[in-house]
This record gives sequence, structure tokens and C-alpha cells, in this order.
Amino acid sequence: MDKQKAPLSAEEKLEAAFQRLLSPKDPAGNDLQFQSAEAKANYQASITRIKDAIQLREPDRVPVTVLPSMFPYLNAGMTVEEAMYDYEKCTTAFKKFVLEYRPDMHIGASAPGPGKFYELLDYKLYSWPGHGVAPEHCYQCNEAEYMKADEYDLLISDPSFYFRNFYLPRIGGAFEGFKMLAPFTSILEMYGLAFNFVPFALPPVQASFQKLFEAGAEALRWVMAMGASDGALTAMGFPNIIGGFTKAPFDVIGDTLRGTKGIMLDIYRRPDKLIAALEHLTPIMIAMGVSAAQQTGNPLIFIPLHKGADGFLSDEQFKKFYWPTLKQVMLGLIENGCIPFPALEGHWESRLDVIQDVPRATTAWMVDQSDMVKVKQTLGQNACLIGNVSSSMLKLGTPQDVRDYAKMLIDTAGKGGGFIMSNGAFFDEAKPENVKAMVEFTREYGVYK
Amino acid sequence: MSQQLIDAIADMREDEALALVEELAGSGAPPLAILNDVKTAMDIIGQRYEESVYFLPELVLAGEMLNQIMEVLKPSLAETAAEKSLGKVLIGTVKGDIHDIGKDIVGFMLKVSGFEVRDLGVDVPAPKFVEAVREFQPQVVGLSGFLTLAFDEMKATVAAIEKAGLRDQVKIMIGGGQIDDAVREYTGADAYGKDAMAAVKLAKSWVGG
Repeated sequence: MDKQKAPLSAEEKLEAAFQRLLSPKDPAGNDLQFQSAEAKANYQASITRIKDAIQLREPDRVPVTVLPSMFPYLNAGMTVEEAMYDYEKCTTAFKKFVLEYRPDMHIGASAPGPGKFYELLDYKLYSWPGHGVAPEHCYQCNEAEYMKADEYDLLISDPSFYFRNFYLPRIGGAFEGFKMLAPFTSILEMYGLAFNFVPFALPPVQASFQKLFEAGAEALRWVMAMGASDGALTAMGFPNIIGGFTKAPFDVIGDTLRGTKGIMLDIYRRPDKLIAALEHLTPIMIAMGVSAAQQTGNPLIFIPLHKGADGFLSDEQFKKFYWPTLKQVMLGLIENGCIPFPALEGHWESRLDVIQDVPRATTAWMVDQSDMVKVKQTLGQNACLIGNVSSSMLKLGTPQDVRDYAKMLIDTAGKGGGFIMSNGAFFDEAKPENVKAMVEFTREYGVYK
Repeated sequence: MSQQLIDAIADMREDEALALVEELAGSGAPPLAILNDVKTAMDIIGQRYEESVYFLPELVLAGEMLNQIMEVLKPSLAETAAEKSLGKVLIGTVKGDIHDIGKDIVGFMLKVSGFEVRDLGVDVPAPKFVEAVREFQPQVVGLSGFLTLAFDEMKATVAAIEKAGLRDQVKIMIGGGQIDDAVREYTGADAYGKDAMAAVKLAKSWVGG
């Protein structure tokens, strides 16, 4: 038997991903040069710690991370607008943030995103500083029915065509010309081929492509800045293991396609079509996470969870509409060597019995405001937990409040491993001394004996 | 009274409810009687929401049914005197924050619970709240916000109401993703609520409902 030809199992793929993380490469593909032997040791110790926590073993100590939204930039004295438009300022502030708090893993400087790029797209889905939001505030989503109630069949029959010709022109002015494009699946044979290309001769289509060329160039500038920032931080011993993101199919439809109101009505008015659409989006969401992990080489796939939180749906509705396709997305990611990293935003206590049904030691969950002791007793028996120092405590509490809470977390959620200390929700503002207290207390008290 | 209509609305049978309203209105039933049935059904829905039998899908659908029924009844209701309300509540999302879903649900639940609600929308600066308190004269003000930056804006709004000499006239409640009692204390609000029913309970407790 030729063993090398056997396809890798999910465990082997994940192990390979961790091995790649442990010996990072530079952009040229050579072994990355660490700044010092100490930086290399710190980097590898952090990765090992995180890996142990995710695989539900006791690491040497509780790993600690800080998962901010705009905090690194506001704390550096700049506005969100500056962080979005000046990539140099943005990455400098993020580096300062990492060096100050020294987390075991970080999420890169990509949270502000490239302001100029959004401008070039004439992006309408979000408002951002200078475009509907004040300079010092974070961007925010403009929820609306970007997908009409009678468009489910279009979405289901050809999601890419639907996105290109209907959804994108509604969320960005630069996509206007896409409305005129023929389906790519019509490009089949020599005979008739040319008909498909007539739209490319039309001024609105050409104008759209022109705008996308410019937007693409800006996106590349930003990605280069982010890559350089991550590379520099890796060389200093600080890993970013986020591979990308995907979403629960229910949130794909509920957040930006139909909107909250739309999807809630669809549960009553067209439940079968909603379920069919959720099922069609499932492999697409798996592929989104897997391909991001392949591009970045990092296994952790972030999944922000929204409309399954307590209070949105009944238990029955949650089990019927939200959970089945989310679970399939996670299983698909795991099968491909990724680690699903869902964030339980808000409260999820009523869902714990359902969501604990995940393969053991394969997922890591960011916990916002749910009772961490209850989460540990349920989901935490099967999965690594990350969190849950609250935004409110980080902004309004004292360092002693934070230490007391962190102690409780280490004593309960940290017991036996499977826990990463962190804030519970992406935050903009906090007292730096509170963030420091969370990190430093964990480094001292969180050592496993 | 049409028990059939009440049940159809309360049990979320939208098509049947609308057909019944059309039928009743067409057969000359007094619009106020139909409206009373609708109100009874909305009370049942509120009750079921409070008991965690109903959740967002039912509230949203109830809101849609209500709007459609009002469209049917509006022409014949024009001269009817406004119904006596439990009290007035002013709501809005504070400046810098454009989240509206939580606020809209709170507004809807307050309305179906019998309050007169004025909704200032999102990204509402403190002076606009002050002006509306003066003019609308609510007993309760509800401030919504989901960002940590909203904590300061809520505090500023409470302070502005205080500075205008209007603080004694209103009770202020706050709500939103990251709001807890520490935030309530920081902002100087009277109470915070975790969901729409909490907002209704607070408002009722303050206006003696």
C-alpha cells in the first residue's frame, strides 16, 4: 500500500496547518527570520498554548488574547477615519497595541479596512467615517431589504448570477453595469459565444470595470500593508492565526440580503424557500472559509453569529432555521482542516443545549455576555471557549474589577484547559489599564500547575 | 366581537386575518369594534412574547398585520377620537450609532401595550432629545445604543436633559447590546432593560400602569 496517496484525514490536515504555523515562511517562501531567538520561542510557545487550548488539553498557562474593534487606533489618539485612510498610521498603531499587551494571538490590523477602497466602490451597505458616520466612530451596517421577498428562486437557482446582477448593484454604485451582464453559464460553445460578450462593449459595463480596476488596485495596496504588518509582528513573536471568515447561512440572509425584518417574515410567509436558500448557501459558506484558510495559511475561521442569539427565535425556530446549516458549515470547515471560530454575540444561554453538539476539540467559541460557567458546563465540555470580559467592564470598571472577573474565569472556564482569556465582544473604547490588567493577571495567575 | 379574527391574528394566520377584516369591514361592522378585536389580539401576542412563546418572527409579523389592517380601516376611522394612551414614551438611538432594530422592537411593543410612542430615529444628537422632551412631554425616555461609544453619548444625553431642567419630568431607560447595570450607573439613567418586554415593564412601572 502506498500510504502517501491516502487522502489526509481532517485531523491530519489540521495538524499540518499547525505545523505550518509553527514554522512560518516569508513572502518569498523561505523560513521566516525571527527578530531574535526569544521572539521565535515566544511565537512557538503561543501557538502551542493556543493549540492545546483548542484541543482541550491543559497548556502551560491560560492563553490570553485581546480582540479589539477600533480600540488600538482610538487608543493611539487617532480617529477611525484616519485608521481607515492612512494604512501606515493604522499598522503603526496596531503594532504599538500588540507590543503593549503582548497577546498570544492577534487578529491583524485589518479591522478598520481601506476607506478609499469603499469610496471607489461607492459602497452603500455600510456607513463609515466621512460617509454617514463621524470621524471618531466605527463603521456601521445599513440594514435594508437588499434582496426582495420574491427573489428567492433567483438566489437558489444561481447564487453567483443573483449576487452579480441583482445584489451587488444594490450595495455598491460601482457595480451598476453588472446588471447588464449575461450569465457566465451561457458561455458554452463556439456557436453563440459572441452574443454573451456584447455587454462588455457597453459604456455602463465598461465604467463598472474601470471602477473595479481602481478599487482592486487600492485593495492590493491595503492587503500589502496588512501583510507587511503581520509579517513584522510574526518576526517579533506575535502570531495572527485568523485565516478568514464565513457566516451562518441564516445570518447571510438575515443580515445583508433580506434583513432582520425580511427574514423574520419569511419564517412565516415562505419557510420552504428560506430553508432551500439556507441549504444552497451552506456549501458556498464552507468554500468561503476553506479558501480563505488556504490563501492565508491560517486555520482559524471566524464566524460572527447574530440572529440565533437569545430572544430572536423560539427554540423550535432555532433548531429548524438557524442551527442545521450552521452546524453543516462548521463540519465542512473541520473536514477541510479548519477550526471554526464562532462568536456568540450577545446572550446565547438558551441555545447551549443545542450548540454543544459539535465534534469534540475542533472548535473555539468567542463568548460575549452569556454566563461563562453555564457555557463551560455545556458547550465547554466539547469546545474551547474564548472570552468573556465585557466591554462594559473594560470601559467603566477598575483594574481590580477586571482581575476579580479574570480570576473567576480562570477558576471556572479555565479548569482543565480549553479556555483562552479575552474580551467578549469587539470593542472600540476601554481604559488601557483595564485591558492590561486582563492580560497581566492571566499571565501570572493563569499558569497551570 | 369576532373571536375568529382575534384567534387568526394571535395565531399568526395572516391571510385569514386580513380576509376576515375585509369581510367584516365590507359587511358594515363598526371599525372601532374591529379595532378592539385587533387590540385584544395584540395583547395576547404581547402576553405570549412575555411568556417566551413568541419571539421576533411573531412580533414582526404582528406589526405587518397591524399595518395592513390599519390600511383597510383607516378611511372609516378618520373621525374617531384618538384612544387614551397609558402614557408617552420618547425613544431614539443616540448620536453616532445607527442601529435601529432593537429600538424599533421596543417601540412596537410599547405601542401595542398602549403607550403613545414618538421615535426620533437613529443617530440622534442630545439637543434633539431635549427639544423633543420639551415639546412632546413624555413621561419616559428610552435611549438605545450598541457601541461602546454610545455609553458616552447616553451620558451626554442624560446630562443635557438634566441641564435643560427637564430631568425631574422624565424617567430614562437605556438598552442595547453591551448595556448592563454598570453602564446604567455611568450614564445616570434610571434603569436599563435587556429586551423589549423589560422596556414595557419599566414604562408601566413608572407611569402607574
